[in-house]
Amino acid sequence: MAGGALRAFFERLGGWVTARVWRLGFASRFLGYMLLHSGTALRRFPLTIREIYFSGVLSLVIILVSGLFVGMVLGLQGYNTLERYGSSEALGVLVALSLVRELGPVVAGLLFASRAGSAITAEIGLMKATEQISAMEMMAVDPIARVVAPRFWGGVISMPLLAALFSAMGIFGGYLIGVRLIGVDEGAFWSQMQAAVDLREDILNGVIKSFVFGIAVSWIAVFEGYDAPPTAEGVSGATTRTVVTSSLAILALDFILTALMFTGGNVR
Amino acid sequence: MENAWFGYDSARPVLRDVSVSIPRGRVVGIMGQSGCGKTTLLRIIGGALLPSRGSARVFGTLTRDLDRDGLYAMRRRMGMLFQFGALFTDMSVYDNVAFQMREHTDLPEELIHDLVMMKLQAVGLRGAAQLMPSELSGGMARRVALARAVALDPQLMLYDEPFTGLDPISLGVIARLIRELNDSLGATSIIVSHDVDECLDLVDHLYFMADGRVVSEGDPQSVRGSREPFVDQFVHGKPDGPVPFNYPAPSYDADLELAGR
Amino acid sequence: MNRSTIDLWVGLFVAAGLGALLFLALKVGNLASFSTNEVYRVTANFANIGGLKVRAPIKSAGVVVGRVSDIRFDDQAYEAIVTMSLDSQYKFPRDTVAKILTSGLLGEQYIGLEAGGDSKMLANGDRLRLTQSAVVLENLIGQFLFNKATEGGDNKK
Repeated sequence: MAGGALRAFFERLGGWVTARVWRLGFASRFLGYMLLHSGTALRRFPLTIREIYFSGVLSLVIILVSGLFVGMVLGLQGYNTLERYGSSEALGVLVALSLVRELGPVVAGLLFASRAGSAITAEIGLMKATEQISAMEMMAVDPIARVVAPRFWGGVISMPLLAALFSAMGIFGGYLIGVRLIGVDEGAFWSQMQAAVDLREDILNGVIKSFVFGIAVSWIAVFEGYDAPPTAEGVSGATTRTVVTSSLAILALDFILTALMFTGGNVR
Repeated sequence: MENAWFGYDSARPVLRDVSVSIPRGRVVGIMGQSGCGKTTLLRIIGGALLPSRGSARVFGTLTRDLDRDGLYAMRRRMGMLFQFGALFTDMSVYDNVAFQMREHTDLPEELIHDLVMMKLQAVGLRGAAQLMPSELSGGMARRVALARAVALDPQLMLYDEPFTGLDPISLGVIARLIRELNDSLGATSIIVSHDVDECLDLVDHLYFMADGRVVSEGDPQSVRGSREPFVDQFVHGKPDGPVPFNYPAPSYDADLELAGR
Repeated sequence: MNRSTIDLWVGLFVAAGLGALLFLALKVGNLASFSTNEVYRVTANFANIGGLKVRAPIKSAGVVVGRVSDIRFDDQAYEAIVTMSLDSQYKFPRDTVAKILTSGLLGEQYIGLEAGGDSKMLANGDRLRLTQSAVVLENLIGQFLFNKATEGGDNKK
């Protein structure tokens, strides 16, 4: 009977939603606990530095190369479109604003999530599966303070730096294509860019975005790792979940932050 | 531990009415089939789990009464050896053994160095100090884990399946080390295992568990000669007895008939 | 990987990241914003401000001398009240004209100031008396069509 099937559907939907909400609550308590116990990560800074190395420095190659390519594509596509309206000199503005406001934080965030985020999840998950976490607990060392928190803060510190490097590299890529290859006037490129890009409105907002994304990705990565079932499938599932959830979170947060920051206009 | 019950969910208790008491200075073995609840017992003693009913008392204090700091203080007097060593894979052997010393004490590096070397010497692996865990064989890894577990001279040692998967030589080494460490530290050791021969040679007292209950106990002599059906089956490795050979299934004829159709 | 190598790379990474931020701030962005300078505020009323926005530039002789800080509606006189923040180092006489101009043909709108000849200068809180509203494209086209129609009518006579 259709009624029964419909009812079953809603029951399952409700159950699914409840499970997600419960998990979110659990993850929030986890975050709260970790923040409270982050003292170790800061007092024994070498631990955190090590994590900055693993999530930040080792992501440099993919970030810089991607940034360069994205900037170059922006240059090409941007020129094609602007040329049609005789505004090809605004290429610098187009490239800079696109990168600083949106592409820098978002794309760098997505790349960070898939490279560093998944690595963090896999590492913590594997430590759990091989009982290293339990061993640490039995030795009266809080694994959240010693293993989880440094990785979280390492990610949070690395993210804004990576986003800035991405944007800078992208602008350079746009410059290479626009000025060197296509022949847009160099002076116009830079001067129009400087006139249009505002320190507070655009650059600062971009930095805030990358900071927020950093927190989100790092939080998701360490939580999924810590919560992973201690089996091979468990860890692999957790790694996938990190990448997927982080990506969705970045895009959703980007929308919210953009709506908040860039309403523009003179509505008072 | 008195009358402890434990279950992850109330419909399926893992431990039923288990009462075990372990006197100081002895080596005690807990044996039984896989899944009978031995590891859960160990975790309750370690304070990682609380019994759903009944109580567990370690060093004279109820585990239930301990707060976080109390729990950590209790654990510093314990050492635990995990089944496959559970060494920290991102650190060298030296750093693994030095871990507890660095985390819990303010000893200077020179003193830590001497202590680490002493512990490694006791397990015979002083020369392997700079190797990484991935470069060690199973037996060596377990010995390093043992050195790490006794780093702060604990009063209670917990061994989770220390003999599983080792070759006969390593088996003998570990068994000897367990006994030596116990006696030299004046500590108490609890070994969870299903390796009959090694345990019988090693322990002062044995508990047998099946299905979440303690079914038998005694010293090695009496256990060897026991006529209790479960003990007999376990000790002599008989395929059928109180623990059935066949997994519960409908009658054989019925299954064959169905397939034949 | 020993400790000092890691430290070196992390140090380089952080330095590079901060350098990128600095590059963005200086070369790409607009660091010389008027929030760091002293400003004084004057207001002006316009019949129609067109597409003028807050933070639009105020230029005189083509040089940016200030920014629009506030735009309000006066429902007594049915006019727009625009508050302008002018850089303190530039003084303007009281009979300065404020016009709303467009950069390029279809570009952003800004306020252009043409200095008058009065000996007294504008002070904080003063109001500019002489203003010229924005040119609204529709009105211009309507005017043009009307003129064309009138011309045609005249010629026919």
